[in-house]
Amino acid sequence: MSNLENKPNNQEMEGLTETGKIKKVRIKGNRNLVVSLLAILFGLIAGAIYMLAIGKNPITGYYFILSGGLKNLERIGNTLATATPLIFTGLSAAFAFRTGLFNIGAPGQMLMGGLCSTALALTLNLPQYLFLPVILLGSMLSGALWAIVPGFLKAKFNVHEVVSGIMLNWTAYWIVYYIIPTYFKAEYLETESAMIPANASLKVGWLSSLFQGSFINLGLFVAIVAVVLIAFILDKTVLGYELKSVGYNRHAAEYAGISVNKNIILSMMIAGALSGLAGAAFYVGYASNMQIGVMPSQGFDGIAVSLLGNNTPYGVLGAAIFFGLLHSGKGFMNAMTKIPPEIADTIIATIIYFSATSIFIERMLDALKRRKRGAK
Amino acid sequence: MEYVVEMQNIRKAFPGIVANDNITFNLKKGEIHALLGENGAGKSTLMSILFGLIQPDSGVIKIRGKEVKISNPNVANDLGIGMVHQHFKLVHNFTITENIILGLEPKKAKLFVDIKSAAQRIKEVSEKYGLNVDPYAKIEDISVGMQQRVEILKMLYRNAEILIFDEPTAVLTPQEITELMKIMKNLVSEGKSIILITHKLKEIKAVADRCTVIRRGKYIGTVNVASTDEAEMARMMVGREISFKVDKKPQEKGDVILSVENLNVLSNKKVLGLKNFSLSVHRGEILGVAGVEGNGQAELVEAITGLRRVESGKIFLNGTDITNLPIKKRIRSGIAHIPEDRQKRGLVLDYSIEDNMVLEIYDTPPYSKNGILNPAAIRKHAEKIIESFDVRSGKGPEAIARSLSGGNQQKAIIGREIELDPDILIAVQPTRGLDVGSIEYIHKRLVEQRDAGKAVLLVSLELDEIMNLSDRIAIVNNGELIGIVNASETDENEIGLMMAGLRKGERA
Repeated sequence: MSNLENKPNNQEMEGLTETGKIKKVRIKGNRNLVVSLLAILFGLIAGAIYMLAIGKNPITGYYFILSGGLKNLERIGNTLATATPLIFTGLSAAFAFRTGLFNIGAPGQMLMGGLCSTALALTLNLPQYLFLPVILLGSMLSGALWAIVPGFLKAKFNVHEVVSGIMLNWTAYWIVYYIIPTYFKAEYLETESAMIPANASLKVGWLSSLFQGSFINLGLFVAIVAVVLIAFILDKTVLGYELKSVGYNRHAAEYAGISVNKNIILSMMIAGALSGLAGAAFYVGYASNMQIGVMPSQGFDGIAVSLLGNNTPYGVLGAAIFFGLLHSGKGFMNAMTKIPPEIADTIIATIIYFSATSIFIERMLDALKRRKRGAK
Repeated sequence: MEYVVEMQNIRKAFPGIVANDNITFNLKKGEIHALLGENGAGKSTLMSILFGLIQPDSGVIKIRGKEVKISNPNVANDLGIGMVHQHFKLVHNFTITENIILGLEPKKAKLFVDIKSAAQRIKEVSEKYGLNVDPYAKIEDISVGMQQRVEILKMLYRNAEILIFDEPTAVLTPQEITELMKIMKNLVSEGKSIILITHKLKEIKAVADRCTVIRRGKYIGTVNVASTDEAEMARMMVGREISFKVDKKPQEKGDVILSVENLNVLSNKKVLGLKNFSLSVHRGEILGVAGVEGNGQAELVEAITGLRRVESGKIFLNGTDITNLPIKKRIRSGIAHIPEDRQKRGLVLDYSIEDNMVLEIYDTPPYSKNGILNPAAIRKHAEKIIESFDVRSGKGPEAIARSLSGGNQQKAIIGREIELDPDILIAVQPTRGLDVGSIEYIHKRLVEQRDAGKAVLLVSLELDEIMNLSDRIAIVNNGELIGIVNASETDENEIGLMMAGLRKGERA
């Protein structure tokens, strides 16, 4: 902590307003990273307590989670492959949050992106270097189009995007439920699509063999590009400036002549496109076909990833990989120690609680700092 | 004479700024002691220290002669220190009694809140100090002045002996201000001691016994109010001579810049807030709009700036019809707007000052090119405004707008709008909440706009300001233009009657 305190930009400034109230203004930077890391630490401690409570040794538990996620190249690849859709949905949620919107419609956008990718993969037949870009573009477009609906409803009729988003999740769910068995049925099973042909899959031979046959796929690289691109848009462009103004204070944006409605719809579209890419990364990358009757949990997990990543693109990248590690390690832990894999989900849930209530952690840090100063 | 509060050599630094630098402040028992200083001089910091909201870096606080450490507001309460905040902290759908007892509810049979006995006690206290409140009235149904009296009662109910009033008159009407001063005098005569934070010299002159002045975090001095005049206190506060009169060159009236013709505009209540309104503003003039709040001023301003739709009628800027132009185009064609509500409209509070300073021009060169922002140009622009409008903050252009004091936020907005170099500047309540030094400066800049052949449409509720600055004054009542008078040929009395809706000639 002490070297952080020396950098003025990373400190918290207590400014006084005319009202005499103290307002805390958080300036983004290392302080937020510390809070997120502490949230993780507390989550892990809580997880240890859960394991102790069911009579298991937490040290072996964590050892096997870690080795399950990182033991060899294949497992590392799987961790990254699990993280890939989370990076996209996390970015989607973070982008929406930064622009004042709550994109709980990510699962629906992800389903539509996945459905579009699956449909393209099973209908067209192009050489791979053309096929993959077409599929990725298709997934982005369908996610974006799906997100226009809540954006438009919000802009035009002030319908809250959470309400329309949840409704659209189920609409997408049932559309998939109808279309996959009707048009893209697997050879034997009614509940899933046919297998994605190799030239349409984001899993490519050289990458799989590099990681000893893991699920890792090109989606990861697309995700990293997306992280860099979204960070650039948010911080460095006119578009990001407008979107954030509308998100922070739509009255002031309106006053300055920034079109509030246009920016709400645009923001939802970009968030939708990111979730659409998550669909491609999951259904034609991680998986090899699309199942019906499953609402993809990655859509909701994106919100948690964004929260832990402090709604910043690079934070999302780190948080998604961490969640990917827990998810891919929990099976191994279960196999080796009989600790139920749900413990990992409980740890994730606890971490989310701590990062959602990060104000507690900040108070604690303040109190510690004050005590340290008092002792001097 | 004994001191109830002694604050000695208080120092408090925030990153980038020393808010209190070795300040000493002593409050005698039974006096009203004014704490005077410009926006951001450190008054609020000093009082927040006394009230336990923040901790000083060094210095000693003694209450009734005993050294204390006030680590939080509860300690302050226990020491008999109470504070009336500028923005009230009341639950709107609770009754006055419920609000006052919140946090220390008297219990009946250990289970039920004993509203009755509390209300009885509130009634007694209220009568003792002439506060005149109904314990069972709901906050949402009572006036702002009475809400403030509830805040006062809250302190008295908690047996506070030392009362801090933080800019108490900012939200009150003139009648309510007179009422409040009477109450403050009552309180002192009952043995309470009062600290009055303000930058309004008139009020200090009217009620205070002594006055301590701080400037830029430093202690300047303490004076007896009776033997000091306003100009002297103003000089202590600002550090130079202040003129209360605005210097104006004789007017050189030019062509019409802005004209509105037969404008009808709906108010928020969906009735006509502006009725068949016509007005024109010329180059080289300041046109003041006088009227009681809510008589069509907001509708007029929002119709001109494009924030509100026009039902019928036309608006022309330099001869071009702008009635249906989008807001951005209006800004580009020469309209600037200092909005009434600086925090709602004027600033993105979570943006830094530098980002706020380009709110209308971020998408033009040199601030951006091909959709990419140019941070260096933005920084330079912000530094220019901060420098020339004396916007004080802990970290200059990087400071988050929310962290600035209200007065500095206002100065930043005014600087931004004047920097747009508009043909017409629409200034709504431009000096609300500012200290005399800043007011003088803002007035000077508004007059400069006029002298440069631009126009200013000044909407203000302060009649003094309108009379001082304007060349012509338009008086509105109930959405209608009652009349336009030349500032040099009128007086407060005439304008006051017109504000009440009486047209010239209707008066017998």
